Amino acid sequence: MTIRPRTPSLFRPRKPIDQGVLTENRKLIDDINRRGLLRGAVSLGALTILTGCDVSEVDSVQKALRAVSSWNDGVQNAIFRANHLAPTFSPSRVMKPPRFNAYYPIEDVKPVYGATWTLELGGRIEDKRPWRAQQLYALPEQEIIIRHVCVEGWDYIGQWSGPNLRDFLQRVGADLTAKYVYFICADDYTESVDMPTALHPQTILATKYAGEVIGDPFGYPLRLRTSTKLGYKNAKWIKAIEVSNDFRETYWSERGFNWYAGI
Amino acid sequence: MCKSNVMSTAAVRSTTGQRARVHPLPLRIMHWINAVAIFIMIGSGWKIYNDDILFSFLRFPDAIVIGKWAQYGLQWHFFGMWIFVLNGIAYLCYGIVSGRFWQKLFPISPREVFVTVGEALRFRLRHDDLTHYNAVQKALYLGVMAVGVLIVISGLALWKPVQFSELANLFGSFQNIRLVHFLCMTAIVAFIVVHVTLALLVPQSLLAMLTGGPPIDNARDAAPSAAAPIVPEIKPIPEIPTVPNIETSH
Repeated sequence: MTIRPRTPSLFRPRKPIDQGVLTENRKLIDDINRRGLLRGAVSLGALTILTGCDVSEVDSVQKALRAVSSWNDGVQNAIFRANHLAPTFSPSRVMKPPRFNAYYPIEDVKPVYGATWTLELGGRIEDKRPWRAQQLYALPEQEIIIRHVCVEGWDYIGQWSGPNLRDFLQRVGADLTAKYVYFICADDYTESVDMPTALHPQTILATKYAGEVIGDPFGYPLRLRTSTKLGYKNAKWIKAIEVSNDFRETYWSERGFNWYAGI
Repeated sequence: MCKSNVMSTAAVRSTTGQRARVHPLPLRIMHWINAVAIFIMIGSGWKIYNDDILFSFLRFPDAIVIGKWAQYGLQWHFFGMWIFVLNGIAYLCYGIVSGRFWQKLFPISPREVFVTVGEALRFRLRHDDLTHYNAVQKALYLGVMAVGVLIVISGLALWKPVQFSELANLFGSFQNIRLVHFLCMTAIVAFIVVHVTLALLVPQSLLAMLTGGPPIDNARDAAPSAAAPIVPEIKPIPEIPTVPNIETSH
């Protein structure tokens, strides 16, 4: 009777493992402080449990992540090409109607009443007289057919027209050397862009989409449309514009999204 | 002649303080920094993906993504990218300047790759010499490096489709850039699965990435030069019994 040899596991190397590494690093292995390792593992575990498995919310971590986000604002500003135009498209590729985006669902949109609406101006602007809709709609229009890129990842081609923001700021005597342009919206949303973006040739105060007055969900009577920022920077239902040198957080940047949000 | 050789080896040893090892210290540091960076990038990338999925059948469970909210995922991703890119550039420079890539990853023959794949599938792969990469290892390491470069390029195009519109246009459409970025991630995840599995199957290779691994011949490790052609040689490893012989130890 022959004894069948034990079949070696597939995972067992045919040759014995080289123990040389172990003997060579004997000192290092002996040095491993098991108690310290255990303590470290337990505190790391406790940290993740206490924070509901998300260290992002720990104050110091969130502070560090936001510091990196601010650093990224500076990097994006540095690589911004002031006169580089975003790709434009043919009218056949325009999506109608545009895709809705806001911090609430489309059913909750509160339409702005155009007849009584006014655009207030503030900050470093010489002529602060408010504008009524028909005055704004009478200004020369610029049309841009550009890509809308949402921070979530979706995109579509939109056809926007309205007064060029640079022209408008010059018309009202805004300080074009100031740092920021703020937009205060009818739904209490706030947004701001850096001056180079405000002065970019493809930044407009849009009043029309695909040749028709913008619909209520998309910002009637006035919204921002710039080709160089993510979707959320394009403020809708604008009721006031302010030019300033002071940085203030805006709706999404306050909640941890990148402020510059350039594309 | 012989004497001067010995002296130069001794000089190298005295300056580095220890014998050269299969994984030099800078390489080990970069490897583990990269491991952390990849972990951050993949976990946060999955969170960002979930906000607007590319495939209706695929949504990453909340338990395995980094960041409870979209903004946290984005914050981690745009933090991790600096570590991944800067460390990656350092690694590529190190590999090229030191001659390590040339020495370890080339030449690579397709025939050898097939033979080694066959051996691997029959679990006949030999790993007794950690200083030498087999053809599959060479192909995988080169491949994952290429994917690493492509994921950064597609990431740049995704982040700045207007500032880098010339680059973004090469991909055709914005969603194509997302797809390429996603497929690169998939390739890296596949690589990690194989890489980690093999490292666990051959534990001395995992240990080597921590300790540096077995010491190697300085002459062999040195960057290739015209004067010193590299001769492939297999270093004999002393036979060590797996099970300590209890009877003789008493």
